[in-house]
Amino acid sequence: MKPAAFSYFAPKTLAEALEILARSGPDGRVLAGGQSLVPAMNFRLARPETLVDINRIPGLAEIRTVDGKLAIGALARHARFEQPVADGPLGVLLPKVARHIAHLPIRLRGTFAGSIAHADPASEWCTLAVGLDADIIVKSASLARTIPAGAFFKSIFSTDLNEDEMIVEVRLPHLGTNWHCGFEEFSRRAGDFAIVAALASLRIDHGQISDARIALGGVINRPVRSRQAESVLAGQKPGPELFREAARQAAEEFEPLGDIHGSAEYKSDLVAVMVRRALEQAAAS
Amino acid sequence: MRWTGQALPRSEDRYLLSGHGQFTADVARGAMSLVFVRSTIAKGTIRGIEAPAGAMVIKAADLGAVRPIRPLLHRPDYVAVSQPILPESEVSFVGQPLAAVIAPSRELAEDLADQVYVDIEQLEPVVDLDRALQSDAPSVHPSAPGNVLVEGKVETSGFAESMAAAMHVVEVELRSRRQNASPLEARGGVVVPDRRTGRLTLTASVQMPHMLRTGIADCLGMREADLRVIAPDVGGGFGQKMSLVPEYVLLVWAARRLNHPIAWIEDRRENLIAAFHSRDQRHRLRGGFDAEGRLLALEADIRCNVGAWSCYPVTCGVEPLMALAELPGPYDFRQYKIRSRGVTTNTCPMAPYRGVSRPAITLSLERLMDVAARRIGLDRSEIRRRNLIRQFPYKTVTGIVYDEGSYVQSLAAAEDAVDVAAFRALQESARKEGRYLGLGLSVFNERSGYGTPAFAARSMDITPGFERVIIGMDSSGSVELRIGASPHGQGLQQGLRQLVADELGLEPTDIRIIHGDTEHTPYGWGTFASRSMVISGGAAKLAAVKLNEKIRKSAAMLLQADPEQIELSDGHARLRAGSASVKLSELARACHHKSHQFGNDADSGLMAFATYDPPGTYSNACHAAVVEVDIETGRVKLLRFVAVEDAGILINPMLADGQIVGGIAQGIGNALLEEIVYDGDGNILTASLADYLPPTAREVPFVEIVHLETVTDASITGAKGLGEGGAIGAPAAVINAICDALTPFGIELFEMPATPERIRAAVRAAEERRS
Amino acid sequence: MTGKQPITLKVNDAEYRIDVEPRRTLADALRDDCGLTGTHLGCEHGICGACTVLVDNEPVRSCLMFAVQAQDCAISTVEGLARNGELHPLQEAFSKYHGLQCGFCTPGFLMLAIGAIKRNPGMNEEELLDVLSSNLCRCTGYQNIIAAVRSVLGRPL
Repeated sequence: MKPAAFSYFAPKTLAEALEILARSGPDGRVLAGGQSLVPAMNFRLARPETLVDINRIPGLAEIRTVDGKLAIGALARHARFEQPVADGPLGVLLPKVARHIAHLPIRLRGTFAGSIAHADPASEWCTLAVGLDADIIVKSASLARTIPAGAFFKSIFSTDLNEDEMIVEVRLPHLGTNWHCGFEEFSRRAGDFAIVAALASLRIDHGQISDARIALGGVINRPVRSRQAESVLAGQKPGPELFREAARQAAEEFEPLGDIHGSAEYKSDLVAVMVRRALEQAAAS
Repeated sequence: MRWTGQALPRSEDRYLLSGHGQFTADVARGAMSLVFVRSTIAKGTIRGIEAPAGAMVIKAADLGAVRPIRPLLHRPDYVAVSQPILPESEVSFVGQPLAAVIAPSRELAEDLADQVYVDIEQLEPVVDLDRALQSDAPSVHPSAPGNVLVEGKVETSGFAESMAAAMHVVEVELRSRRQNASPLEARGGVVVPDRRTGRLTLTASVQMPHMLRTGIADCLGMREADLRVIAPDVGGGFGQKMSLVPEYVLLVWAARRLNHPIAWIEDRRENLIAAFHSRDQRHRLRGGFDAEGRLLALEADIRCNVGAWSCYPVTCGVEPLMALAELPGPYDFRQYKIRSRGVTTNTCPMAPYRGVSRPAITLSLERLMDVAARRIGLDRSEIRRRNLIRQFPYKTVTGIVYDEGSYVQSLAAAEDAVDVAAFRALQESARKEGRYLGLGLSVFNERSGYGTPAFAARSMDITPGFERVIIGMDSSGSVELRIGASPHGQGLQQGLRQLVADELGLEPTDIRIIHGDTEHTPYGWGTFASRSMVISGGAAKLAAVKLNEKIRKSAAMLLQADPEQIELSDGHARLRAGSASVKLSELARACHHKSHQFGNDADSGLMAFATYDPPGTYSNACHAAVVEVDIETGRVKLLRFVAVEDAGILINPMLADGQIVGGIAQGIGNALLEEIVYDGDGNILTASLADYLPPTAREVPFVEIVHLETVTDASITGAKGLGEGGAIGAPAAVINAICDALTPFGIELFEMPATPERIRAAVRAAEERRS
Repeated sequence: MTGKQPITLKVNDAEYRIDVEPRRTLADALRDDCGLTGTHLGCEHGICGACTVLVDNEPVRSCLMFAVQAQDCAISTVEGLARNGELHPLQEAFSKYHGLQCGFCTPGFLMLAIGAIKRNPGMNEEELLDVLSSNLCRCTGYQNIIAAVRSVLGRPL
């Protein structure tokens, strides 16, 4: 299984990379970690004619705080997040999510931003981005823009990115200490793609849920928030009955996409379980 | 016996660990690359194949007089089919090779293959086993009405009466889903023509080099002597690499035509789609039990989806007919009625995969026992104790003779190791916490080390079975064995070294095993069916005994004594009484360089030859699995796995244990994870390792092994084969454990893999029934 | 721009000057262009891990990297583990514990384990199992691989 031929560029600056992307049109792809792109190329499911390798561009791997948000550079690898990169609940949450991602060798190469661009509906980072209202900072040779996660993911492997654009940064809001998060996913084997993933983030003030985000991955054609579950939780005291109801609502809200790894009915079952367990994990944190 | 029974590391490890293994792809440098254009349509008629200009493309029309592959069984109920190397017009399964592209590099060959356009007029395929049996199903082969390629039936004369008299009749229906052995190295071959001699050498990742040589020569109408086949280091086989396939025939044909080295290295997608599949079966079992839970009569209907063609040489009868013959397993009953069919469909052909039908029939029988126990009100172990064979030799209802085994003892030992009483207490308290733990058992035996008589009994046209060994001591006292078996990871080489070292008073490192190369080894049947330690080991022992005699005869001349007074030990030939001895290395040198001292005995060469062709021997085991089932998700976690194994004398216990654990891992994959899925049009939906799921280290628990030792004379080394046992018994233990865990829900499972989705569906249905 | 380009790969302290298309994976370049066939191809889609090598001391799947990406990197393959004819302690351990049967997955496991241990020498049992579940083995059932790697934890490698 060898890939189709392509022209390869390894620019040393971002400007140069964007220039090449602009020139190469729909057949140009960015190569960051390659852990999703290269398998697709080996299967010849992806046949970019131009590959823009951004690994030699300095300064793209930074993780820092900008305007009160955690700014994750395009080349920040999954493995970086195995240790806390931030304070507070976000710092605790990211390693919990990171350890579900594939296996060590893949985490050492694959990138956070790459997962976002790849837009697998079951991706942990994509689910997180939607759950936390991430901002996706995108650049082309001519333009820079910020896309909120809720608008970024369109469908399976399909995003709002134009063919000459690349993600330069993903920004996650820092979470105050009154936020409590839990992440659960179900997969067949250790390190496999999630069949259903759930991120539950609760802001609890004076014993009541003042804000709730329930994000689901692997259920429909993109990661999505369960507004029904969130509205059940809003203003309530956390507790097992509430969580069960919220989970039930989340399961009811969506008609899952079934495939050989999970029928729609089974996925619905899993949604209820994963949401409930994520909420329990959040409450316990 | 200094070496037999020692857990010594293998001498062959060193070069494998250093990255100096020679697997087939490793010797492809300089060869052109051959890539197959494979059908993406399950059934149809080829209207045309267009190749890009200038590309080297081989099509059926180019092959002229090349013969198809046509394995035979001499039974009236077997329909022989001829599998073309490349089909002229009829396409029968997705993945079938339709053309071959040759180019200087693999990348280029794939580029060109992409541009080959195959115009196929699609016809309606049949994919499902039972659909194929329906009267209005599309026909896969015109010569096989009703899509049945082979059918076996047995009915003992008292069956009907016995079943009618049974107090309890228990029926189970089982679905075993399609497996792919998935050796980590896929298939492949490199052919190098020798311009000097006109001969060709095929290096291929195969389990039966001699058979392959004969088969290819037959298809190509060439002299067998002009073809050499080498099985180098082979990255796993498990049965998938023991058959003759069109790919190798075509490869040799092409290399001959081009007079240039050519390599076909199968990739993983190809392997999942087009390398043999196995165990796509449906069973229906009915057991008639008396009031005490004794099985009186067993009835079965077995249907096996054998795919579009019949595998060579064992034929598509291997799954259904083995099921027919071996379903009785370790249980004592005298009335049997069975119908077993091999059904053809437009899917990838079937070939043996570790255990063949036995993982599935063991599952069926062990589920029957558990269900019957529950129905009759007996403990699950007790029902087995009442039915396990205790007297040997035992002749089964299908005429197979079991040599002595430890069936009842293995069950007792497994229960002991697991501590059933403690488990039940744990299970009880876990249930109160809403956690579902289960214990499952499976008791089974494993037919192993059987020679030509067993294969002849199956009416195979080609009867494998014997093994030959040529043994020789060189002029420096080192010993060399040339064997026809073809180990590919089992460690046979190390085992034989230890065995022979004991016979000859040498160290294992003094002994070299030559295998895999038809140029350098006597005709043999490779390695499969848990046979090599028994049969090749037996032949090695016989040959070593002969060599021992020759050495002692020569030593006797030097020491001026009677050969009967001499023994071989510690690298010497010594007089039993007294201190006179001669170093074997010196004796060997003298035999070669001063042969005049040994008289004119035509037999004084230090070489010998032996053949072993045994009737077969049965090892046995009991597996016990402890699981926890998450009823919300259906996930199964394996908490413990105990295997009590009796394989007679273990030449090297560490290597034996390796086979047990490896087999169990595959059995766990079979029970919980692995399934090749086709859609209704015959397309494979599981064409990558993200979809077909062999277990990782997290899915396989630590396996606790207990050994029993029953030595019989069915194997002259006392060793019984055990390579497949792990795969045979594990699925039943795991599935029985899941059912035990879900007893509060009244759930019985009869399908493997028992995926989380299937388990969850059963729990959901049970919860709905309750409410 | 799709055609062969000259690159230099630094593998096991030696330099290999080779000409490769950009699409040639690191795995294929090591095997076919550098002649280091110890690194094996089991799936070519990043799941089995048989192709694992160290790139700048990190275990990576060489089937998912292009050779042109690996210039200026220090690459270690299984062929570089033994020194002066002496097997690496992990190789010795694999043999002692019978952690290999057919040997096809073995180089990948060796490099995975060495890379993981370099990264986290104080690995506990859970972390060990996590790491070793990265690669597939079809022969051993993993038990002896785990025992072999466990036996070298805490020793200088």
